[in-house]
Amino acid sequence: MAVFAKAGIVKAGPAVCLVAALALVSCSAPIGKDQGAAPKVASTPEPANDGSEKRLRVLSEAQYLNTLAHVFGPDVKTEPHFPPAQRYDGLLALGTARAGVSGAQLELYQKAAVTVAGLITNRERRGYLMTCKPASEKAADRACAQQFLAYTGRLLSRKPLPQAELAAFVETASASADKLQDFYAGLAIALEAMLVSPKVIFVAERSESDPQHPGQQRLDAYSLATRLSLFLWNAGPDDAVLKAAESGEILTPKGRARVVNMMLASPRLETGMRAFFDDMFAFDDFSTLAKDPKIYPSFTGVTAQDAREETLRTVIDHLITKNGDYRDLFTTRDTFISPSLAAQYRLPAPPTWTPYEFPEGAPRAGILTQISFLSVHSHPGRSSPTLRGKALREILLCQPVPPPPPNVDFSAVENPNSPIKTARERINIHQKNPACAGCHKIMDPMGLALENFDAIGRYRDTEKGAPIDASGSLDGKAFKDVVGLGQVLHDHPALTSCLVKRAYSYGTGGSAKADDKDKLDYINARFAEQGYKLPDLLRTITLSNAFSRINETPAPAATAASAN
Amino acid sequence: MGDLDMYGLDRRRVLRGVLNGSAVTVALPLLNCFLNGTGDALASGEPMPVRFGTWFWGCGMSKKIFVPKQTGRGYELTEELEALKAVKDHVNVHTGLTAYRDGNFFCHYTGWVALRTGSAPVVGSQPLAESLDVTIANKIGRTTRFKSLTATATGDVRNVISYENATTPNTPEFSPINFYTRLFGPDFQDPNAPTFTPNPRVMVRKSALSPVMERIKVLNGKVGAEDKARLDQYFTGLRHLEQQFDHQLTKPEPRAACVAPKAQKDEPVPGTDSVLVNTRHKLMTDLMVMAVACDQTRVFNMSMSKSDSNQTKQGYEKPHHTCTHEEPVDEKLGYQPNASWFTKRSIENWAYFVEAFAKVKEGGGTLLDNVLIMANTDVSYARIHSLDEMPAFTAGRAGGKVKTGMHIDGKGGQGTALSYTVMKVMGLDINSWGTKSNQTSKEVGEILA
Repeated sequence: MAVFAKAGIVKAGPAVCLVAALALVSCSAPIGKDQGAAPKVASTPEPANDGSEKRLRVLSEAQYLNTLAHVFGPDVKTEPHFPPAQRYDGLLALGTARAGVSGAQLELYQKAAVTVAGLITNRERRGYLMTCKPASEKAADRACAQQFLAYTGRLLSRKPLPQAELAAFVETASASADKLQDFYAGLAIALEAMLVSPKVIFVAERSESDPQHPGQQRLDAYSLATRLSLFLWNAGPDDAVLKAAESGEILTPKGRARVVNMMLASPRLETGMRAFFDDMFAFDDFSTLAKDPKIYPSFTGVTAQDAREETLRTVIDHLITKNGDYRDLFTTRDTFISPSLAAQYRLPAPPTWTPYEFPEGAPRAGILTQISFLSVHSHPGRSSPTLRGKALREILLCQPVPPPPPNVDFSAVENPNSPIKTARERINIHQKNPACAGCHKIMDPMGLALENFDAIGRYRDTEKGAPIDASGSLDGKAFKDVVGLGQVLHDHPALTSCLVKRAYSYGTGGSAKADDKDKLDYINARFAEQGYKLPDLLRTITLSNAFSRINETPAPAATAASAN
Repeated sequence: MGDLDMYGLDRRRVLRGVLNGSAVTVALPLLNCFLNGTGDALASGEPMPVRFGTWFWGCGMSKKIFVPKQTGRGYELTEELEALKAVKDHVNVHTGLTAYRDGNFFCHYTGWVALRTGSAPVVGSQPLAESLDVTIANKIGRTTRFKSLTATATGDVRNVISYENATTPNTPEFSPINFYTRLFGPDFQDPNAPTFTPNPRVMVRKSALSPVMERIKVLNGKVGAEDKARLDQYFTGLRHLEQQFDHQLTKPEPRAACVAPKAQKDEPVPGTDSVLVNTRHKLMTDLMVMAVACDQTRVFNMSMSKSDSNQTKQGYEKPHHTCTHEEPVDEKLGYQPNASWFTKRSIENWAYFVEAFAKVKEGGGTLLDNVLIMANTDVSYARIHSLDEMPAFTAGRAGGKVKTGMHIDGKGGQGTALSYTVMKVMGLDINSWGTKSNQTSKEVGEILA
């Protein structure tokens, strides 16, 4: 809601005042009471809980493409342009559990399927992607088609295909091959059909009775394998994970721990965590980020792309490669720069992506001071303390800022002959008005601390000739500049509890609710005990009952049907 | 009588015969003319189809220089409407429309969503119901290759103006190249081509969908009601795919106005600069108009900007939306000059959109004669997010059912009355539309012929 960046004054009038007052009640509530509370320090086992809900999710474009790349190799790729999900509670991933698939969208799936099937069955690839050869290339070969379709069907639908379903695809391949007098063309038609089939496009979780806990439901083995895989790899499970599901190993505590450790050790974890942080940080905004070329001619599409990449590289390097403390992401001077970014940082351009450490005492420390956050939460032509502050509250601390009241009149800040030069002076006017101050007080101090950086993240000491004051306080903790803000953020309890909340929601596919508090307290406590390390957090979540248990009363019909 | 009938052949029977064998090129007899003698119907005797479209712009207007002083015909164009000069006779200007919030308010969302869905949303970024274009498309869009088409000039796929239902936005085409490929790429069948080559692959592709549809039944038995609705929607999508294959296997009716454009090779770089947006709008509009002329769709949506428009003017630091809130009202002019600059660009693009339909000849008139377009915005006065006195437009004569060239003052009445009217014009058999304060059964009678 970019509108809230522009604060104003609420018009006089009873109805308007009432709405405004209601909006501000939530802004006036003490920050951190619920969302920012320090996690209980405890090493107690997971509290009894009934887990999460079963979901029906639509596979995202990235999950679809990652799965194809894992099954067929990285050069089998397409640009399907599947529509993005809508963001709910801070995550696009939660939108996939609510979205429908429109006719136009299915058309995109079908087009992608034609491209992919064509790539897989073309002359260059068929030799190494298929383990059998047809008796004749000009006719159907059921046995060969069955072998290929059973193999790919299991990986694409994340479960072995039931016999009847496999037989239907084989029949499609055979009938099509006969009609087209081409075995591979027939096989491609069957593969296309498989790629638009509901079992590939939808992730429909199934539950079953938990024999260890009578009366309780748990995800079945394949659903657990897929939930793990989408969470950790942002792709479907591979052969090894499916084998653990097939054997039932994944349902035992020891077996599940083995599978999780295997997945955490895989290079695919990096892909998965890039996707998670890209979603949590709302970096989809980069897809349309552009700056006014007259004001910022040096900021190009490449700069925007590299800015996103810089932060993702920093996150992966710090949290996975170095197994660092999550909080240190907001104070670290380590980063990576590209030729395009070097120009913005006013550094000598490296030939390619290169690790870089900002010197001690530099105003750059932590990912908040990277070009990504600074540019994406600014206007095309100028910085915006309110946009930045709002984004940091919502994205990093999970503290939603309410929308502004209707009929806001901005005349008080619209003096054409204003002597106002800096953003702080502008925003101070908002702060003086009680109708605006409630919400602005929780956004602006963080944003103002970043005012030493313009709309494309370049450092500056002054704005329109006036010195910039980047001091402030965050929830009672004072700081004198942006480096100080990073440290205050580092120590803010909501920083880590927000990551926990997002990771749990992302992993289980649904918003965290009020009755998830005990589960989140437990995960928060473990996170703290283990030094705020991401792999440990992922392990805690994925091995928890909260992750695998399903809170529903078993419906007899559904249980019977899940045998399919 | 169609020409095929004159040869004693039924087109589908011809094609069926062909497709049972291998792929061959079939020379279907060229039709002597596309239309009947009077030019007001297709050769088959069917009347010209009436199509429906929507157009959207963000951040409203400046009342002082937008709202015409006079009503009815012969009104004088105002400063912000000056760009409508060339299309004034094709357009109705509607002002004084109210969108009711019904207790909730989401700044730049509530107003336009109320007019397009009939209900004020109760959460941000999600409507309560499908948008009117979808309701209309479900009525008139079932026979074309695309049930509807939606595009945006913003370059942002997230810029939604149409909802299939509460949780399924119809995401827009945002790239001219992608849009061109979807419309006129390899799957396009030129309705005026002298020969027709049915693709045997398409036939087997269609057959391959049947077992897929069977699979949905397995899933359907295992999910809750909401998810079942999502699967039903997917199933409908499969049916739509099947229909598209049928289209590819059927020689289309000739369309005199259909001239497939040249392949789109370049497109504007990403960005919200007004010049880029205008260029994108022209490219997308030209493609959309030809998609309608070629009868690829009968329902279309185009958006010029986001509701909280983020367009920029080179060298001016405030994007459109920010400008509406922060720019002072010029004491001499009595309005916000830069905010108005953005509105004028929007109206120029609206004029371009209307004229693009008017330039295509169809029958004895133009394509626009057989089209009805409703254009709306999110607020009236963006500076204070006002939902009172909102403006809107209609364009086209809907096959003679609608009168144009007027300014109609809604006098503070429900904005949904306009939406209801266009739905009725498009043949929907409804007695009222919308919920709570936005529920209406009033028509804007002035525009009805």
